[in-house]
Amino acid sequence: MSAAADEPLVQARGLVKHFPITRGIVFQRKVGAVRAVDGVSLEVRRGETLGIVGETGCGKSTTARLIMRLLDVTAGEIRFDGRDITHLKGAPLKAVRREMQMVFQDPHSSLNPRKTIGSIIGQPFAIHGLLREQGARKREVQRLMETVGLNPEHYNRYPHEFSGGQRQRIGVARALALEPKLLIADEPVSALDVSIQAQVLNLLRDLQRRLGLTLVFIAHDLSVVRHMCDRVAVMYLGKIVEIGPNEPLYEFPRHPYTGALLAAVPVADPSLHGSARRLLGGDVPSPANPPRACRFHTRCPKAQQLCAEREPELEDKGSGTLVACHFPLSREEVAQTGVRSAR
Amino acid sequence: MSRRDLAGAPSTSEPLLRVEELRVEFPTEDGVVHAVDGITYQVLPGRTLGIVGESGSGKTVASLTTLGLTRRQGARISGRILFAGQDLVTLPEDRLRAIRGNDIAMIFQDPLSSLHPLYKVGAQLIEAVRAHRDVPKARARERAIELLALVGIPDPARRVDEYPHEFSGGMRQRAMIAMALANEPKLLIADEPTTALDVTVQAQILALMERLQRELGMAIVIITHDLGVVAEMADDIAVMYAGRIVETASAARLFAAPEHPYTWGLLRSIPRLDGPRAADLVPIPGTPPSLIHRPSGCHFHPRCPYAQPDHARIDPALEPTPDEPSHYVACLLSAQVRRGLWQELAAGRTPARALEAVGQPGAPA
Repeated sequence: MSAAADEPLVQARGLVKHFPITRGIVFQRKVGAVRAVDGVSLEVRRGETLGIVGETGCGKSTTARLIMRLLDVTAGEIRFDGRDITHLKGAPLKAVRREMQMVFQDPHSSLNPRKTIGSIIGQPFAIHGLLREQGARKREVQRLMETVGLNPEHYNRYPHEFSGGQRQRIGVARALALEPKLLIADEPVSALDVSIQAQVLNLLRDLQRRLGLTLVFIAHDLSVVRHMCDRVAVMYLGKIVEIGPNEPLYEFPRHPYTGALLAAVPVADPSLHGSARRLLGGDVPSPANPPRACRFHTRCPKAQQLCAEREPELEDKGSGTLVACHFPLSREEVAQTGVRSAR
Repeated sequence: MSRRDLAGAPSTSEPLLRVEELRVEFPTEDGVVHAVDGITYQVLPGRTLGIVGESGSGKTVASLTTLGLTRRQGARISGRILFAGQDLVTLPEDRLRAIRGNDIAMIFQDPLSSLHPLYKVGAQLIEAVRAHRDVPKARARERAIELLALVGIPDPARRVDEYPHEFSGGMRQRAMIAMALANEPKLLIADEPTTALDVTVQAQILALMERLQRELGMAIVIITHDLGVVAEMADDIAVMYAGRIVETASAARLFAAPEHPYTWGLLRSIPRLDGPRAADLVPIPGTPPSLIHRPSGCHFHPRCPYAQPDHARIDPALEPTPDEPSHYVACLLSAQVRRGLWQELAAGRTPARALEAVGQPGAPA
């Protein structure tokens, strides 16, 4: 079952997820579809951290849920650790799920308030019938608590007795219980106070180095993603518009949307205040009725006739990233856009 | 603890709003919540004050109190809030109502829950206009369309008849700003105005607020946890912790030479888009304190890597720094030690290494 070490852990090809929009109560007619994810292909390499960024509704969380098989694909293929898991069901799916775990955004709603921390972190063992002997399970749970920086003596406490940051540690401990090959963190710090965020980010980075985890990190905060990730995928309206290693993507973004996102991030340095930058106008169009061809053409400062007619493919434009754009940004344009991470 | 001037403020200008020794307490079954604990600040006409703090630092309660919105919650309020020669703390409710939404307006974090879902956006704007001006409905409607155009909503004559759910998140916040501007306020209080928004929309809204400030000459108090947002927006900054202002200075000064360990912690715990990538973040240990049972002495001492034993006993006052009289800090470390520590931290060293470098004993673990 185990595959060659140089093969990517996750290979997603042409992932599509359409949620039907229906009318009627008894006889439901399909009147349209929200194209949440519309042809996403990506790889997650062993031991790396892949970041997925984008604004609300771009499909980043749906992509993660498709990879985890928490949602069924409308089309496309997912390979995990060398085998096709796209249509697995029942026991084989459960076996695969052991290998991939998730940390959720809201540490308040993702922990059952009526269970003790010990039983929450031990739940994965119960589900998969492991460590049936009580003492052994407790020892393992306490070891996990220590790993994520919780006091093992707090085994019998309830979630409400912990702060937001500590609760997120509990979520991480639970996700690590089965020693997964893949950890997906969906906005793991956006519900936390500023002073606490760094605690959880450092924990994830440290665990990844120590345990050789493969991590998919989903966030809307571009500074956090830059800090955490080896490679980054930028999504817009259900598609990847640019993907590549961290440095080229942040220092020389080629897609006008990546550039606009990076220019919009406020930087904690008042001396940059008032420096020229180009802001994106308008709002993200509805994914139920996305623009034709290049989906960004309605808001793109560089759009031309071609952009409304032919959809650009993800291609190497010679700067280290793959970009889906007919007219990628030049160095001068990146500077004019006011990208704060550009060199 | 008498008059204190905010950093960077030209002394010739009369402050528009002056908050003096404001204290807000909420008696509860569990004990008294000391939400705001004796804060003093001022806002000058046409300028922007940024109030930075985490949840539970008292930044929102202080602003709600300015508008008299904590009165009905059984709050015990003391101190003075001077606006246009009147003390808003003692002002009777009916006279306060004439100021609220008129001379002082406020916008909130979540535009969806601040707009009534069953009324058209236009109707809510018309209500805001007519609450303070005796104008015919048709005139108020024209004004509503004008306001929507002012905040950059496309096709305002049609949009005025839409419901809030037909607006996107960014447009709802624009509509809220339009409502706040209905009567051309002298002061706009914006409480986390962009926290619920995506980053490109956030940039639009912040740019809009700056443009409106230039055009209408209003002062802004922006309350946020995001240091990036205050760096973009504010002229002056006050950092709040556990109900108090622990540091205040001009924006340029605060980011260049911060003096309080909590401010250092905030600056070092966020990754920066333009900073070195490899640098590890330095989290602030522990969690924000309970406002019922606050730590003794310096409220920050349990989380402060540089705290000395006597910091648990002595409560520091907000005092000017020796080399910049408009920069105030409430810290028991000597100015010299603080300067040394920040130099080390700014160079990327950990708090422990910084302590070693300045030859100061570390905090007892």
